[in-house]
Amino acid sequence: MKRRQFIKTSAAGSILAPAMINGMPVHTPEPESWLRTLLQPQVDTDHVLVVIYLGGGNDGMNTVIPLDNYAAYNAARSNIAIPQNKVLALNGNNKSGLHPSMSGIQKLYNEGKVNIIQGVSYPNPDFSHFRATDIWTSASDSDRYISTGWAGRYLAEEYPGFPIGYPNSKNPDPLALQIGANLPLMFLGPNAPMSMNVSNPDIFKEWPAGVNDTPGNDYRGREVAYIRNIARQSKGYADKIVEAYLKGNNIGNYPAANYLGDVLKAVARLIKGGLQTRLYLVQVYGFDTHSDQVDATDNTVGAHAQLLQVLSDAVYSFQKDLEALKLDRRVLSMTFSEFGRRIKSNSSKGTDHGVAAPMFVMGSQVQTGIIGKNPDIPSNLSVNDNVAMQFDFRSVYSSILKDWFCVPDSERNNILFKNFQTLPIVNNNCSSTGIEDYHQNQEKLKLAILPNPMVERTELSVTIPNGYTRLHLIDPEGRFVKTIFEGKLEAGEHRFSLENEGFAPGNYYVYLQQTDAQRTESLVIAK
Amino acid sequence: MERRDFIQAGVRSRSMEAPPQSGLNPYTGPWTRTQAMHLLRRTMFGVRKNDLDWALSQGMSASVNGLLNDGLDPIPSPPLNMYSTTADPDPTTPYGQTWVNAPVLTQIPAQYYQSRKDSLKMWWTGNIINQKRTIVEKMTLFWFNHFAIELDQIPVAQPVYYYYKLLRDNCLGSFTKMLRAVSVDPTMLYYLNGQKNSATAPDENYGRELQELFAIGKGTDSHYTEDDVKAAARVLTGYRINPLVNPIGYYFDSTMHDANKKDFSSFYGNKSIAARPAILGESELDEMLTMLTSNTECARFLCRKLYQFFVYYEISSDAEQNVIRPLADQLRNSGYNIRSVIDTLLRSEHFYDQANLGCVIKNPLDYAVGLLKEFSVALPDASNIQQQYFGWAGITILSAYQGLNLADPPVVSGYQPWYQKPQYHEIWINSDTLASRNNVAATLFSEAGLDVNGIKYYTDPTIFTKSLKDPSDASLLVQEAVELLYNYPLSVTSLDYLKSFLISGLPDESYWTTIWTGFLANPNDPNYRSAVMQRLNALYSEIVSQAEYHLS
Repeated sequence: MKRRQFIKTSAAGSILAPAMINGMPVHTPEPESWLRTLLQPQVDTDHVLVVIYLGGGNDGMNTVIPLDNYAAYNAARSNIAIPQNKVLALNGNNKSGLHPSMSGIQKLYNEGKVNIIQGVSYPNPDFSHFRATDIWTSASDSDRYISTGWAGRYLAEEYPGFPIGYPNSKNPDPLALQIGANLPLMFLGPNAPMSMNVSNPDIFKEWPAGVNDTPGNDYRGREVAYIRNIARQSKGYADKIVEAYLKGNNIGNYPAANYLGDVLKAVARLIKGGLQTRLYLVQVYGFDTHSDQVDATDNTVGAHAQLLQVLSDAVYSFQKDLEALKLDRRVLSMTFSEFGRRIKSNSSKGTDHGVAAPMFVMGSQVQTGIIGKNPDIPSNLSVNDNVAMQFDFRSVYSSILKDWFCVPDSERNNILFKNFQTLPIVNNNCSSTGIEDYHQNQEKLKLAILPNPMVERTELSVTIPNGYTRLHLIDPEGRFVKTIFEGKLEAGEHRFSLENEGFAPGNYYVYLQQTDAQRTESLVIAK
Repeated sequence: MERRDFIQAGVRSRSMEAPPQSGLNPYTGPWTRTQAMHLLRRTMFGVRKNDLDWALSQGMSASVNGLLNDGLDPIPSPPLNMYSTTADPDPTTPYGQTWVNAPVLTQIPAQYYQSRKDSLKMWWTGNIINQKRTIVEKMTLFWFNHFAIELDQIPVAQPVYYYYKLLRDNCLGSFTKMLRAVSVDPTMLYYLNGQKNSATAPDENYGRELQELFAIGKGTDSHYTEDDVKAAARVLTGYRINPLVNPIGYYFDSTMHDANKKDFSSFYGNKSIAARPAILGESELDEMLTMLTSNTECARFLCRKLYQFFVYYEISSDAEQNVIRPLADQLRNSGYNIRSVIDTLLRSEHFYDQANLGCVIKNPLDYAVGLLKEFSVALPDASNIQQQYFGWAGITILSAYQGLNLADPPVVSGYQPWYQKPQYHEIWINSDTLASRNNVAATLFSEAGLDVNGIKYYTDPTIFTKSLKDPSDASLLVQEAVELLYNYPLSVTSLDYLKSFLISGLPDESYWTTIWTGFLANPNDPNYRSAVMQRLNALYSEIVSQAEYHLS
């Protein structure tokens, strides 16, 4: 009973909490709106999201290379740095380029099919793989333990009551599929896991009917009920998967010996075969590159290069296949990893657990471009310095829920517990902000810090439009150590004084945010 | 059955009775098949009828003593070269000899590096299948999950054999000793980059996992800091792999060691490890491990993991107070003697509490090895070692398909069902793995047999049937089979449902009695045999396909 109570408590607690995040004044979702959500007809969409989990913590700075700050980048990680002339260029963007093994994603970007969000993390990040993965999959704050996943809650909003009465004539197909991947927490809804695992459609044969004694009200009864539920759903869904798989086909070519390519090929085939599944999870492991992420003699090849090549070749082939199958306008892919890695490399030609990293969203319907800037690289860099957060990962989820799945605000608040900033990631009929508008809004925020480095005190000059504004100090480990200001401000310049309250010396960041725009600037605190 | 009932039954969120209040007082209740089977299933991989008879005759106390007598279950002779061919020999190890002491720096044909790893996995599977009547194999898996490494990531197999041996030999011994040994073990030094950790370039990997996964955990009372991770990493600088000894060992390179003072947070009582000459740096490790094991959270963390492995994944607040806390005190007071806390747990009222029976979802090896034992599946003997290893290999592969890839957990935290909140053990069962288990159930009880990548397994279901008290009576047969295979009673309706597979299409049960007695009297008559086999296969296939069979 404890767990159930916990789920209830945490969901209720979050609904009632006066949430205020990322500059958006957030109204507390009212009980009525929660009820309305449940009574609303389901959103009818044929959109599909493929989530690609890069397990282990991807090194973002060797994925998207800061060409506008190349010397500092090279100095920070000379033993693994990608030579400037090997970095793959992006059309219309001379500030950033891609790792040389990512020619597939480069081509997609240049065709207008890739959106890169820089500096994605969350306040007070956790450096543990396992806790960080739980945070990303449950979409919780870093100090809260949520027993359901963001995708599970989304699907529970869309398909209330699941699993009772599912599958049914209106929803004959699994809601979500994990193909060769397994992140159970991401798909755990309030009542049941909302996804199905498949390694190979051939596996589903006859399902036994069976013994049906009422499960007891105890631990054993809970597990009997759980297994029966999996059996019942699988039995209902297995035929549909096999049917779609047999009916579907592929047109494009996929790379040989590419695990992710094989999996995405199956996804394309299932979609082509008519499966109405909304979410797919696939994964590539091995990004925990503490050592030897590059080869002894050539920084452009090695373990990390191979991983990025697997990713890039696979998503390229997938996109081309979808285009040939005329499915590309229905499918969006998104990568995520539990954290990025440090700015400075270690002497084992590797990088340790870090904070922020870029996310890639790909497909024919994305707004091409790079949101945010390349990481600031402090000049007196230590191994403990981290890439600053620019965007909360839940902003990316929120944007995709809003613009791709057309989930209304009230529902998104229920799913993500708070109202997060949305970003211009997907071209869509359900939203209006374009990436150009976004960049203009971004330009309207100005933040100057003097003196910098700060010893005892510094002045922050903030020039902004009228609106709800947040100003935070972030320490080298990504912790939001001080709220400098939070509240409504008139348009114009505002000055804030920041005292050194005994902050440990190091490379800090000041984070300024107003509605959908934000700015992060480096602040060195000295002795 | 009503479809609606079926659907309702499938909902996870149901009200639940209060969790068990019982604690660590010795259990003094009845000692029946139910309790004996519970003890055996939780401590071994699968149970044979003669194991059950043994435990029933011994009583609880002697059964626990026997299961904890690791002297009865020493490590079997090490894995063999069962892979090389005459045309392509292994230059260090003749066919049929063990490779575990082969010099690691000697080149062998490239494919044999993998062959050795494969033979290690098969051999380990064989150890589990052929386990003696002790807890040793379960404890070994517990520790390999706790101090997880991925065989796939280690270049050579020899040190991994010794790593396994370290965990197995000490599985009921001193945790502090094991923690010290693991911290400088060459396999671990390689896996978590300890060998690259130096004063000028600290590598945090082991320093972090030492606290998060091995000694302190991330419970609500765990408050170590990122600075503690960094300080631990500095203490751990300088340990290097020594490939020049056999078996591979480690050495302490003081020139790579950070000899400065290390300060830990208030969570560790602001412990400071004083600066000292680098050549004395190895003593810092002992000082730090003492700091870790002196922390109350260390013993509690370990007891929670043991509890989740052997009792149930959910630790109620009552269990935390009545079981975990006192058990953790005992663990610390005993100087981290693992045997003593397992002993207390397995004799406790809590362990035999009705609420804790049959609630653990079998892991894939419990499931597969259980089937082999219950249904007397014959495996190839040692007369042809390659065939013998292949017999084990099918189970290795099957288990890997179903989520437990022996010696190759997916990540350093081990297998998801033993750490991933909130589902834990439930993760063993998803649509894919359940389909796989159902395919096993369907094919093992067939003439064609179970086929795992070309390796075949057959059962003769008459052997299990003959072990029952009165198999000529269809009702009694089904009732006792269910009792043994589920360790939980079913309703008459469900027993009748299962019985229908035995008496298929027949108006009464007497036909079964006729063919069974006919079969016993004429064991070589193909007609009787066929009639009996067909019905038993249908029955057992159905029994082991139910949710109830997947619980231990």
